[in-house]
Amino acid sequence: MAELKKEPVDATPNVSDVETVDAATEAAAVAAVDAPVSQGEPILQVRNLVKHFPLTQGILFKKQIGAVKAVDGISFDLYAGETLGIVGESGCGKSTVARLLMTLERATAGEVFYKGQDITKLSGRALKAVRRNIQMVFQDPYTSLNPRMTVGDIIGETFEIHPEVAPKGDRRRRVQDLLDVVGLNPEYINRYPHQFSGGQRQRIGIARGLALNPEIIICDEPVSALDVSVQAQVINLMEKLQDEFNLSYLFIAHDLSIVRHISDRVGVMYLGKMAEIGTDTQIYDHPTHPYTQALLSAVPVPDPAAREGRDRIILTGDVPSPANPPSGCRFRTRCWKAEERCATEEPLLAIPERFVAGATPATHESACHFAEERDVVHAA
Amino acid sequence: MLLEVRDLHVEFHTREGVAKAVNGVNYSVAEGETLAVLGESGSGKSVTAQAIMGILDMPPGKITGGEILFKDQDLLKLKPEERRRIRGQEMAMIFQDALSSLNPVLTVGDQLGEMFVVHRGMSRKDAKARSVELMDRVRIPAAKERVGNYPHQFSGGMRQRIMIAMAMALEPSLIIADEPTTALDVTVQAQVMELLAELQRELNMGLILITHDLGVVADVADKIAVMYAGRIVETAPVHEIYRAPAHPYTKGLLQSIPRLDQKGRELYAIKGLPPNLTRIPPGCAFNPRCPMAQDVCRSDVPPLYEVDEQRRSACHFWKETLDAR
Repeated sequence: MAELKKEPVDATPNVSDVETVDAATEAAAVAAVDAPVSQGEPILQVRNLVKHFPLTQGILFKKQIGAVKAVDGISFDLYAGETLGIVGESGCGKSTVARLLMTLERATAGEVFYKGQDITKLSGRALKAVRRNIQMVFQDPYTSLNPRMTVGDIIGETFEIHPEVAPKGDRRRRVQDLLDVVGLNPEYINRYPHQFSGGQRQRIGIARGLALNPEIIICDEPVSALDVSVQAQVINLMEKLQDEFNLSYLFIAHDLSIVRHISDRVGVMYLGKMAEIGTDTQIYDHPTHPYTQALLSAVPVPDPAAREGRDRIILTGDVPSPANPPSGCRFRTRCWKAEERCATEEPLLAIPERFVAGATPATHESACHFAEERDVVHAA
Repeated sequence: MLLEVRDLHVEFHTREGVAKAVNGVNYSVAEGETLAVLGESGSGKSVTAQAIMGILDMPPGKITGGEILFKDQDLLKLKPEERRRIRGQEMAMIFQDALSSLNPVLTVGDQLGEMFVVHRGMSRKDAKARSVELMDRVRIPAAKERVGNYPHQFSGGMRQRIMIAMAMALEPSLIIADEPTTALDVTVQAQVMELLAELQRELNMGLILITHDLGVVADVADKIAVMYAGRIVETAPVHEIYRAPAHPYTKGLLQSIPRLDQKGRELYAIKGLPPNLTRIPPGCAFNPRCPMAQDVCRSDVPPLYEVDEQRRSACHFWKETLDAR
């Protein structure tokens, strides 16, 4: 029986690795990673990132029989101070991208440049410095906090690993400051996670993400486990913190309305590939990729008057398996525009030729041979 | 009226005390009508549904008052055998998580066919033929080949279609769907909701749709009941409530969701948290979070005021709420 083999989470280099790294190179890398980046410059550049999880057969003699192509050649930039939203259905690889950027998984191929340093190749002190600067907020505030640790220990633990950020005597005060920043009572420092509600727990998760003064925070579905009335509180908090600490967010979510609200730019993923990427207006008001159009048109809009007026595209079938994606364009099996060319020739993510000349909102990168503008969000 | 819930009260006896999950709920559904019950977790929307279906865990749950009239018959006065006959034949339920609601060791054909064997006394062979028909009807491709598959061999959307097929099997007159698409991706959600609406029209069933998603409600519901802390705070035809909510909670909810069709400014956030059901605040349960709360809200529980013929709001200041838009 085929089984999905998860690679051990083992991106921490072992001791012998560290020793072989040239000390001068490492110092240079650390310096590069700690250098400031000015607003509007790319802080993270992802190039042809690939992650394949091997599928094996056999118990004693494991034989690779295939691979789940979770992420299959993705490129994008994250600019300093911006929020880049990543949307897509489950299984499209958006969470794997997050884990790769966090160096929790080793990339199969491709590069991730953080201030010019390829973090997929770093180790030792330089990698540790990168990890301090790129933090994560997880989806489920119930399982991502250790139930046996107090809030103070959960947030303070980050300082044990990166002691240079806060000297020992100062840590408790720092944790209390952080609680205050995320809108929790600093006196709650000795409480345990179960004493908090879902929204409050997510605030604790955010405080932990902020503890090391990171530059980038990767948010993987940070509000999808929360009730509607609490979601808005957390989203507003995240926006406030971004301005206050000049953070760059990679915001991964399946809720397209929330992504539009918080993002400056949005990337749409399908089966391990980027289908379309652009500013929020380009993607939501002027989408050119059929998948983006279908995805947007399927979102129920909280306005009964829009029921009839909107252009609904109901896709047939399910997302194909990432272990055996369709040839050519991966969306062609569900696409109403698909022709023979789509099966043979893979469309590249680029500004479609017909839109290159005009500087219209349709002029943005879209991986479709037959890219065409279509407004599906606004009622006719 | 197909179903009428009157002044229903449900309590749970827990170690922390008595949790008052449902505190006097009234709502009704007619044939062919879709009622959306909207609420956050802990609002009592699912507990009410479980009480209607007769699948409430008792104990710790306990129905302490009220009536559930189904075709003019109080379900709470029926014997367990009589309720069992109604359940499945006359009313059916669709759950959120299809994978844990289906039996993993039986084929979907067996599970669908069981309905016909138990309730209609069919032979296994006939029941299997009916299962294939049903799977066709909910548009599962290659139904004939897949009738012998197990639940884990289907995708999430297909499993939810099987759940719908099972609920429809005996052509009940009422379907209760508890967050039927919450676990699904948005493109699949659209497919499933469309299917559900189509079957409902075809069979002229009453549908109670329990959800927290204001978008889904706007898409399919005829009328809506908003629940908070075990009470209905507002009921209205769906167009009215989105245009002009008459309860501050509904209004806050509508303002706190971001829009797909335009980029908004800062989101309005309802302050605070939903109450602990063992310690519901006196007066209006929403008063600690309400921007309009006055002394009367902290002392007197607001009744469901009549806003107009079809609308009710449990707010002392429903007029002001309507005017303040």
